[in-house]
Amino acid sequence: MTYLITQSLNGLFSAALLFLIASGLTLSFGVMKIVNIAHGSFYMLGVYVAYSVVLRTGSLWLGAAAAVAVVGTLGLLMQRLFLRRFGADPLPQMMMTMGFALLFRDAALMIWGGDPFALPYPSWLSGSIEAGDVVFPSYRLFVIAVAGLVAIGLWLVSDKTLVGARLRATVDDPEMASAVGIHVARLSGLVFAAGAALAAFGGVMGGPILGGYPGIDFDLLPLAFVVVIVGGMGSLKGALVGSVVVGMIDNFGKALVPELSYFTLFAPMVLVLAFRPTGLYGRA
Amino acid sequence: MEGRRAVSAVLALAFLIGPLVLSSYWIGLLTQVVILGLLAMSLDILLGYAGLPSLGHAAFFGVAAYAVAVLSTGYDAGFWTCVIGGILIGTALSAALGAIVSHVRDVYFLMITLALGMVLWGLSYRWIPVTGGDNGISGIPSLESHAGLPVSGPLVFYYVSLLVAAGCAAMMARLVRSSFGLTLRAIRENEPRMKSLGFNTWLHCYLAYVIAGLFASVAGVLWAYYNGFVSPTYLDLTASSELFLMVTLGGPATLAGPVVGAGLIVLLKNVMSAYTARWLLVLGMVYIVAVLTAPQGLWNLGHRRRT
Repeated sequence: MTYLITQSLNGLFSAALLFLIASGLTLSFGVMKIVNIAHGSFYMLGVYVAYSVVLRTGSLWLGAAAAVAVVGTLGLLMQRLFLRRFGADPLPQMMMTMGFALLFRDAALMIWGGDPFALPYPSWLSGSIEAGDVVFPSYRLFVIAVAGLVAIGLWLVSDKTLVGARLRATVDDPEMASAVGIHVARLSGLVFAAGAALAAFGGVMGGPILGGYPGIDFDLLPLAFVVVIVGGMGSLKGALVGSVVVGMIDNFGKALVPELSYFTLFAPMVLVLAFRPTGLYGRA
Repeated sequence: MEGRRAVSAVLALAFLIGPLVLSSYWIGLLTQVVILGLLAMSLDILLGYAGLPSLGHAAFFGVAAYAVAVLSTGYDAGFWTCVIGGILIGTALSAALGAIVSHVRDVYFLMITLALGMVLWGLSYRWIPVTGGDNGISGIPSLESHAGLPVSGPLVFYYVSLLVAAGCAAMMARLVRSSFGLTLRAIRENEPRMKSLGFNTWLHCYLAYVIAGLFASVAGVLWAYYNGFVSPTYLDLTASSELFLMVTLGGPATLAGPVVGAGLIVLLKNVMSAYTARWLLVLGMVYIVAVLTAPQGLWNLGHRRRT
């Protein structure tokens, strides 16, 4: 029982990180029909930028702020200068992001070297919380709570604000949206930059536990894609549900059959695709 | 058309007699071009003709190579068992996965094949008892000794590969000109119309997927013998997207274009990595420049895209 609770909490922690990555991925997919191969790179760059800042200033908060600002700006520039010209044409967009993913990986190797590292824990979160037999690191609980807050924030923005309404309209039907006066190109830039910043924020949150190393970008990318496919492409609610499903399955899979990790993700994906090709909450 | 024909003739001549005058290093590179060209052509059936952008195509190539490696090193299987086993396993996998992906289109197809490909990569990377994990499997016998050929050497292997690839290329060329190939192109252009004309579009896409998987498996078997070892990098995302780049850079729906694309990437990769360790940086830029400057592919430069 203790084991089950601990593993479930670990699963929720993975789900929290996955949600931070996948929410941006699914939204930029919804708005721009873009399969962003560089999305894992945003996560990676987030960890690295935060690491540099933490080394110099000692402050994790400054590190997080810098990571979000730098990677968000990078995402905005990438969308403006390179991706916007292709409209919603998925193939050139995908190739472009693949090129950037390789550039970012090599640039990170050049700037930060290949040694793995981990971000420090915030001092007030370095202990664990005990409840009965269950002992759980408080930092992981903190990340789960933060991701929950981000989810609520994203939901409030998308459901209660004008920007959110425009966003949902564009996801549903970009042509009609632009016909009724929504500036789809500007919205795309905004969504892409916000998605990049969220992934970088995820990198900072996961940094003390997963750390940073060359290759982490493509390690997390498949998980994020499976989340988006299971949840439904373009749907925030889907990203949330998908993150929990994939986080749990991945975690229990790794604990029970370590040699088949990743492969355990195959089952939920195939089941969802067989019965709901557009994902749990996606629309055709 | 004239220009293309002249280029084709020069290329065919280079493939045929080039190795007779080249050093063994260049014969090795040319062998890579032949095998990867075959692989790129198989993806072209999907990506170019059927309009199904698969970003997990290296998986079949890799799985077939792994099958050869496991059969030959783990079970001491004979040559034909390895060859047929590799092709069958790769094709069976594409038949199984094809059933899942053949009803999705466009960007959804892209994303789902990407995820499936990475799941298979994860299997090769983590299923250590069978695949050897990150170290892969080495010790695959050379094709010549395994098949009991009286001659051996890079030149022999080259001409065997060329023969196999040319045979496959002829079959694929025949396929895309057949009514099946025409139907695929029509589905790419307008699926609802083909459906209303009574074509089973699912079945056509499914068959295209399996056929592409079959030829990719053939390439995978050759590649396993060429390198003598297999590793997870054969089926990772970088491999699949490099393959994708070969097809789009060369020119989709041309069959010859992807071979040109494969040649360029192989040459660039080997020449560049001799001068700089920043090969990935260069490759990244190649992606970006290729998309910006030759969106229809080199083979289609100066030509109207054939539909």
